[in-house]
Amino acid sequence: MTTVATRTTTESFLTAFDRLERERAPADPAWLRAARRAAIARVAERGLPSARDEDWKYTAIAPIEATRFDLTGEAPVARSTAGALDPFLFGDASRHRLVFVQGRYSASLSAADGRSDGSRVGSLADALSADGKSLSPELLNGDAETGDAWPALNLAFWQDGALVEIPAGVVVDRPIHLLFLTAGGDPGSMTHPRSLVVLGRGSQATVIETYAAISGGTYLTNPVTRLIVGEGATLIHQRIELESGQAFHVGRTEAQQGRDSRLNSTAVFFGGRIARQDVRVRLEAEGAESALQGLYVLGGRQHVDINTVVDHAKPHGTSRQLYKGVLDGRARGVFSGRVIVRPGAQKTDAYQSNKNLLLSEGVEADSKPQLEIFADDVKCSHGAADGQLAADALFYLRSRGLGEAEARALLTYGFASEVLGRIPLEPVRARLDALLRARLAGGRVNEEAA
Amino acid sequence: MAQAKPTDPMLSIRNLHAGVEGREILRGVDLEVRAGEVHAVMGPNGSGKSTLAQVLAGHPAYRVTAGEVLYEGRSLLDLPPEQRARAGVFLAFQYPVEIPGVSNAQFLKSALNELRTHRGLEELDAMEFLQVLRERMKLVEMDASFTSRPVNEGFSGGEKKRNEILQLAVLEPRLAILDETDSGLDIDALRVVANGINRLRRPDNAMILVTHYQRLLNYVTPDHVHVLSAGRIVRSGGKELALELEAKGYDWLQDGAEGPVTAIRQ
Repeated sequence: MTTVATRTTTESFLTAFDRLERERAPADPAWLRAARRAAIARVAERGLPSARDEDWKYTAIAPIEATRFDLTGEAPVARSTAGALDPFLFGDASRHRLVFVQGRYSASLSAADGRSDGSRVGSLADALSADGKSLSPELLNGDAETGDAWPALNLAFWQDGALVEIPAGVVVDRPIHLLFLTAGGDPGSMTHPRSLVVLGRGSQATVIETYAAISGGTYLTNPVTRLIVGEGATLIHQRIELESGQAFHVGRTEAQQGRDSRLNSTAVFFGGRIARQDVRVRLEAEGAESALQGLYVLGGRQHVDINTVVDHAKPHGTSRQLYKGVLDGRARGVFSGRVIVRPGAQKTDAYQSNKNLLLSEGVEADSKPQLEIFADDVKCSHGAADGQLAADALFYLRSRGLGEAEARALLTYGFASEVLGRIPLEPVRARLDALLRARLAGGRVNEEAA
Repeated sequence: MAQAKPTDPMLSIRNLHAGVEGREILRGVDLEVRAGEVHAVMGPNGSGKSTLAQVLAGHPAYRVTAGEVLYEGRSLLDLPPEQRARAGVFLAFQYPVEIPGVSNAQFLKSALNELRTHRGLEELDAMEFLQVLRERMKLVEMDASFTSRPVNEGFSGGEKKRNEILQLAVLEPRLAILDETDSGLDIDALRVVANGINRLRRPDNAMILVTHYQRLLNYVTPDHVHVLSAGRIVRSGGKELALELEAKGYDWLQDGAEGPVTAIRQ
């Protein structure tokens, strides 16, 4: 018997948690059980976020609350075949992949290349049950006190996710692709994948996260991915959201960067009815560099809310944020970006930009930059701009023979491609480029081509 | 001077009145252009030269209030800009527009394949197109790096103008209107642009060079020169008219324009 309520409220989660606590085999180590309990207590205390919370001012979760979900994850896992993966793979770049179906690791769909360099790449649940002591609670749980109810729900409910651990000095050339697939249904499934990526000193790796639908319909994905980038390490991170048009996606990416480390993270949002991503990057030591970029291309009534906090704790850090949105139909794009420069974090160089292209009159773009600077020798700036397709550019293209729809599509593509151009992975860039073109064919945002 | 064939003109502009934002700028322009001819339309600032160019290309901001334009026997004014382009009309912009995020090659390939499709030709694939592009780039002495750079973005004034001539060379229109392509060019760029124009002159195409200055005409010899003033063609002649304008300026014509002016029809 699964826990299904007609509405999904804070109370529903508390009830579901109690049942899981009672029924779940006591597989979790004590530290994890304690962390889960503390997390659900926070959910009880704070409740689900609402418009009264400053960080959720522009995103109403009423449609989520009005949906029936299977909160305990006991519904049978949808069957998936290798063929179902094809649309989401990047050829050779996906040869090394971990596939999760409905939040659970699928060994048969996954493909790992055996490594002898001491790397660990696999299911987090498997790693935990094999040897719980080999995992650092601190790294896995993170700073669980921050954040709203959603990351707390993830900690309380997660069943599986990816573990990627690269030892010091190891360079992993082949990308590691994490693919989270979900099927829609009624009640909709709710999954909370938790992934941990740890790069040792001086190591290098590329991690791709894809969230996609096996079949349309309603579900909710609430992933938390923690990226620990050690001293002098380089992480290229790619996040692709291709959820179904009726799905909800509430995700969080938490990064901690060591001295002289580099993070290049690109997020692309094509799907979902409501998609939210919280990005928390902490530059914890001197000389760290972060490049964060995002692209959301929305039509219909899609709603995307990106909330970034880049925290410069130490001197000589650099952060670059570029988030661009293409909004059509009655879509809404929200970007809130906070840059914090802590006392003493001198010579910080932080830049943030959010630009939206508005393709119809029914769209709305909200942009909220915030700079909180507590050091005096820094370079910080931000910019936000909303615009429409330029009439002179449209005429220029049409005067060369392109039809109006094609001219619109090409200009819109040009606007959006700036973000894709920053993706260092050629096969991923090429695939997303093709997806973007398909999505813009006809000069409007075409929701089906997600 | 090219021998005009006793055939219908490629372009006939008759009593064209047009304006923008409620202001009438063209006040009865008459002009005929035949295949193989190069016409220079000269005139002082504000005389309506650029308006004429924009109206021919179909800029939506301009309104035609009277007159007609026949291109190869059909009314040009009824066609949207893309259909004019597909029919073989090309405007080299005075101020070429920047298209961020779209490479020059990508833009030109889309445009060329669009035109080819409408001419009943097969689309070129990436390799075939690149070959055409490289060859035409030599014509305007453009560096290969321009293929991958976004259209006109970060280009100098001279590079933008050369890029217009490159598009002309790739798209091979029947009728090209060059709107002040010579303005803002240093002497080297002017020479390159003029060279490109000369090499693209063919018996089966025609060009209208809209220019403020005579100096382009030192390099490109027009068959006909027209002076536009206050929205009408007030004088037409051969290439020597350009030299006369260079020597005397436009004032003597504007004075004359106050009285009845008979345009010399070719």
